[in-house]
Amino acid sequence: MAKTLEIRWHGRGGQGAKTAALLLAQSASQVGKYVQGFPEYGPERMGAPVTAFNRISDGKIRVHSSIKEPDVVVILDPTLIGATTDVTAGVGPDGVFIVNTNRSPQEIRKQLGIDKGKVYTVDANKISEETIGRVIPNTPMMGALIKVTGIIPYEAFIEDTKKQLEKKFSSKPEVIKGNLKAIERAYQEVKGE
Amino acid sequence: MVNTKKVALTGNEAVAQAMKQINPDVVAAYPITPQTEIVQFFSSFVANGQVDTEFVTVESEHSAMSATVGAAAGGARAMTATSANGLALMWEVLYIAASNRLPIVMPVVNRALSAPINIHCDHADSMGARDSGWIQLYSENAQEAYDNVIQAIRIAEHPDVLLPVMVTMDGFIISHALENLEIIDDDAVKEFVGEYKPDMHLLDPDNPITMGPLDLYDFYFEHKRQQAEAMKNAKKVILEVGKEYGKLTGREYGLFEKYKLDDAEEAIIVLNSAAGTAKEAVDALREKGKKAGLLKLRVFRPFPYQEIADALKHVKVVGVMDRSEGFSDFGGPVFSQVRSALYDLKQDIKVVNYIYGLGGRDIAEEDFAKIFGNLEKIKTTGKIDNLVSYYGVRE
Amino acid sequence: MTSGGPFNRNFGQGDKGKAAAAITSDKEWKDLPRAGIIPFAGNAESYETGDWRSKRPVWIKEKCVHCLMCWRFCPDSAIVPDNGKFKEFDYHHCKGCGICVNVCPTKAIEFIGEDDAVADEEAQEKEKI
Repeated sequence: MAKTLEIRWHGRGGQGAKTAALLLAQSASQVGKYVQGFPEYGPERMGAPVTAFNRISDGKIRVHSSIKEPDVVVILDPTLIGATTDVTAGVGPDGVFIVNTNRSPQEIRKQLGIDKGKVYTVDANKISEETIGRVIPNTPMMGALIKVTGIIPYEAFIEDTKKQLEKKFSSKPEVIKGNLKAIERAYQEVKGE
Repeated sequence: MVNTKKVALTGNEAVAQAMKQINPDVVAAYPITPQTEIVQFFSSFVANGQVDTEFVTVESEHSAMSATVGAAAGGARAMTATSANGLALMWEVLYIAASNRLPIVMPVVNRALSAPINIHCDHADSMGARDSGWIQLYSENAQEAYDNVIQAIRIAEHPDVLLPVMVTMDGFIISHALENLEIIDDDAVKEFVGEYKPDMHLLDPDNPITMGPLDLYDFYFEHKRQQAEAMKNAKKVILEVGKEYGKLTGREYGLFEKYKLDDAEEAIIVLNSAAGTAKEAVDALREKGKKAGLLKLRVFRPFPYQEIADALKHVKVVGVMDRSEGFSDFGGPVFSQVRSALYDLKQDIKVVNYIYGLGGRDIAEEDFAKIFGNLEKIKTTGKIDNLVSYYGVRE
Repeated sequence: MTSGGPFNRNFGQGDKGKAAAAITSDKEWKDLPRAGIIPFAGNAESYETGDWRSKRPVWIKEKCVHCLMCWRFCPDSAIVPDNGKFKEFDYHHCKGCGICVNVCPTKAIEFIGEDDAVADEEAQEKEKI
């Protein structure tokens, strides 16, 4: 049976964690993957910690249970580390963390309190502010995720994201350009160990 | 076969898409989590002129169903959607819709009933309406929800049926989760559902009628007998429509799905999204040489008791999964119906009930593995420790 | 064992902690209060909505004239007065909406990123040590 990649996103309401999970699932499905993208099923509010999930596979996904042991954890807001949500919960020794922060992977690793697995960082806030004009880390974080996991080919992802952005922001071409630039920069700038 | 498009949509988006392609005459709806998005998406179709639907914003679900009934009685193809307490609030009007033989189609996004307030997946809402006279179709995932809504129009409007249909899908688990599915093109849906041509309705001045009059004990019973006959006919129509839909899309639908059931010794009956998770467990067990199988029930009303008995007659132990508790002190609604269906076989089939997932409590592949383990134990020992158990509750 | 459960419920400490003791995510059905009734009062305070903050208000003492407009407008009762004067922000509950920053007539409230504020706090802790 095909291996399924399980991803968990951590963000705050309004940062686009749920949107990122759904956008990623959309793009992955367009390149022929089987996908699931879903939020944690709580009432969502601006600022409240929000969790979202993805399953991406080459085979049909039939399970509809929640994801308890993600392979990859993406953290859109570093203030969530050490807060009441345990961002490391369920992550195994091969787990990968991708964190939006201006700190180094080593510092984040200490903050997370883990010694196994891999930790990657990228300053998605700065990138989005410089490319899109405001702090909205979700699209650059998707670029970082694609680079780190290689789950779908980058060019295909850019193609599909461009189409989806064109649908959503048809009257705002700068937003589309900005988002694509943000993804590209994060793809280049994400670093880790 | 028809033109299809592979997309990735949430359950709510998929249902809204089906509604858009059906292009009903009237939609009167009120929001309730987790149904809200269906109506939200649909209202943007209305605002963008992508449908011709008259969208009526009402002040409660009771009004939503009342307005839908009024529209349907007036000869319109009318739809609405709801969940949980919304469905409960429209309870009396559900009976009115069915008893007036109005072919309304309503997606119901399964959510727990208060109290306490829980917005998550639970089948108490649609199960609570099982005696209202509505046909009930259960959907495992976004694809089935989409397909069921389209077929529901044909089933409801069939002259041998003329009953409202509720199409369910699991709240949040399916409604808010994005999955791959295939949608068929607008023209194909339009052609499949056809035009609604009611033989009698209230807005026909040349053929004036009265609908829903006072009906005393000298006539009421006969009208109910008619209604029962319509529900009986529904089974045949559901199969016919399912076959036709299969020719159109490659996906044929029946009364239920049998999964590795034909030679199974222990089997579970399950509805909606948990069935997908259970299928993974069945596969894993089969790899270990266990004879596990599954029956995923799609049509709960009418209840296909003969076909279910036939499908299970060779099985030794049946575990019935209920995602609702009817507080009968005798298990959940699916359990009592399945057990009763097996009665006439006069076989020693052991049937037990697992009430699970209430209020959105998660159930995973390993849970089904444990359940099948229990069923196997019953098979080998011949002993049932608990006829009804609550799987996943802290005890 | 007090468990936050999937929604990180925190029913509080001390007196307010009575609810914390009675309702925990590891309790069995027989041991929970009937019907989901919460048999104590005032425990909404124990839900630390301060966690939701991504920016925080900081008091600039020298500019404050203690008009308490901030306290009047705060939707979360997250401003603690003392004897008719501004005392402090309740950072356990302040959600960082910024209304106080907006209404302060003397601009005595600064609005900074939570990440930076936390970094500052950590730096100060290090200095103390």
